[in-house]
Amino acid sequence: MAEAELRTYRDWPIAPISRPTPGALGLTGTWRTFRPIIHEERCTKCLMCWLLCPEGAIYVGEEGEPVVNYDYCKGCGVCASECRYGAIEMVREEVGA
Amino acid sequence: MAVSAGARAREGWLSLMVTGNHAAAWAVKVARVQVVAAYPITPQTTIVEKIAEFVEKGELKAEYIRVESEHSAMTACIGASAAGARTFTATAAHGLALMHECLWWAAGARLPIVMAVVNRAMGPGWNIWTDYCDTMAQRDLGWVQIYCADNQEVFDSIIQAYRLAEDPRVMLPVMVDLEAFILSHTYMPVHVPPQDEIDDWLPPLKPAWTLDPEEPITHGNLVFPAHYMEFRYLMQEAMENVKELLPKIGEDYKRRFGLTGLDFVETYRCEDADALLLTMGTMGVEARITVDRLRERGHRVGLARVRVFRPFPVEQIRGLAKGVEKVVVIDRHISYGAEGALAMETKWALYPLEEKPMMTSFIAGIGGRDVTYKDMETMALKALEWMEKGQPREGVWYGVRGLELA
Repeated sequence: MAEAELRTYRDWPIAPISRPTPGALGLTGTWRTFRPIIHEERCTKCLMCWLLCPEGAIYVGEEGEPVVNYDYCKGCGVCASECRYGAIEMVREEVGA
Repeated sequence: MAVSAGARAREGWLSLMVTGNHAAAWAVKVARVQVVAAYPITPQTTIVEKIAEFVEKGELKAEYIRVESEHSAMTACIGASAAGARTFTATAAHGLALMHECLWWAAGARLPIVMAVVNRAMGPGWNIWTDYCDTMAQRDLGWVQIYCADNQEVFDSIIQAYRLAEDPRVMLPVMVDLEAFILSHTYMPVHVPPQDEIDDWLPPLKPAWTLDPEEPITHGNLVFPAHYMEFRYLMQEAMENVKELLPKIGEDYKRRFGLTGLDFVETYRCEDADALLLTMGTMGVEARITVDRLRERGHRVGLARVRVFRPFPVEQIRGLAKGVEKVVVIDRHISYGAEGALAMETKWALYPLEEKPMMTSFIAGIGGRDVTYKDMETMALKALEWMEKGQPREGVWYGVRGLELA
């Protein structure tokens, strides 16, 4: 809800709903302690990581390859755990990196 | 209450001899409910059994979802209603208690679900007979609560409940309450108007939102303190709208079909009364005999049957009590450590009156113990006697061995 539109309770919808919008809570990528790195040479573009990413932070690139959006990837590691080709490596984020 | 002879004879009408539970199922059928999610529990089970039969025979085109608990039943109803379907379920006592969390959700999400609750006592001791302790424990959630007194009223209330719940000024769920066995399993005549007339009076639900992959939305998100209270105030405002709309819907239904229109309070011989007897449900009909007998003995007593408990008819009760000297309330409910809900909230109604009547309240019929017109006469006479001496009493338990009325 855009703050400017909500002056009195009459401006509220009757119940809380939300529509899809990127990053409503800001850049959640800053929560990450491990960064998923996709190794191109092992990736078969099966897109299991894209399918299973709980945050929708993996998108499909121009050549059908998975690409991580580091602005919103929280580093949960589901993609690395699910990749049956061992193509995703979780690397510790370094301070100041 | 009364059905005109004209209504009975009209073409295309069905005259049934059915239980309160089957009256509820018939209402669901002619209201063209689209999704029913249900879990069996005595004494409600025959409602959803009958609906299952309608669906199985193809007489009601509805999705019938069999779930593993009442918590799931209400959750499935919430999903179906949020997706835009007219939705129904039924439960009783412990089933209702298990739904508790989801009842909050249905109200807060402003989903016009209608649910029949067969009022049954809570265990332990395990008891399948009637009192209002199950639904009264759910009165703070944002559900409209309607209490019935006969099987026709069960049918009529469910039809009208959809019209009320689905009004854009309301969009709140409605509980239609009927007493275990006294109504749920007792056969009475019920008149069912023709389907096309019901369709005309109750058009399809126009949902606030629908489930549409082209325009996805998320329900029930995190709402911070900066925004939460406004949503909750809107629920209170919707309840205020029910106060205005419910009697109008009732009038319209009564005018159209000659059947029982919804209203907050039904009165009997109140015009010249100096004492008022207040109760609910079937006791509120039985008590007419009590009032007649009391009047024969020279007591000018009037009767008020409270038909809707949420929103509470505070203005109507205040109006009836104005100028009355004595009020007697009989509750089929106890809030342990307090008294019955009807008594407590009637006191709220009386408080602003400059000349407050005295009030005596009773707890009776808990766990299905019979409350006859004679019992109510005994209570009323005692109450009048105490108040005559200027000694009203509060929350007096009636019929408990060792607690005889002195």
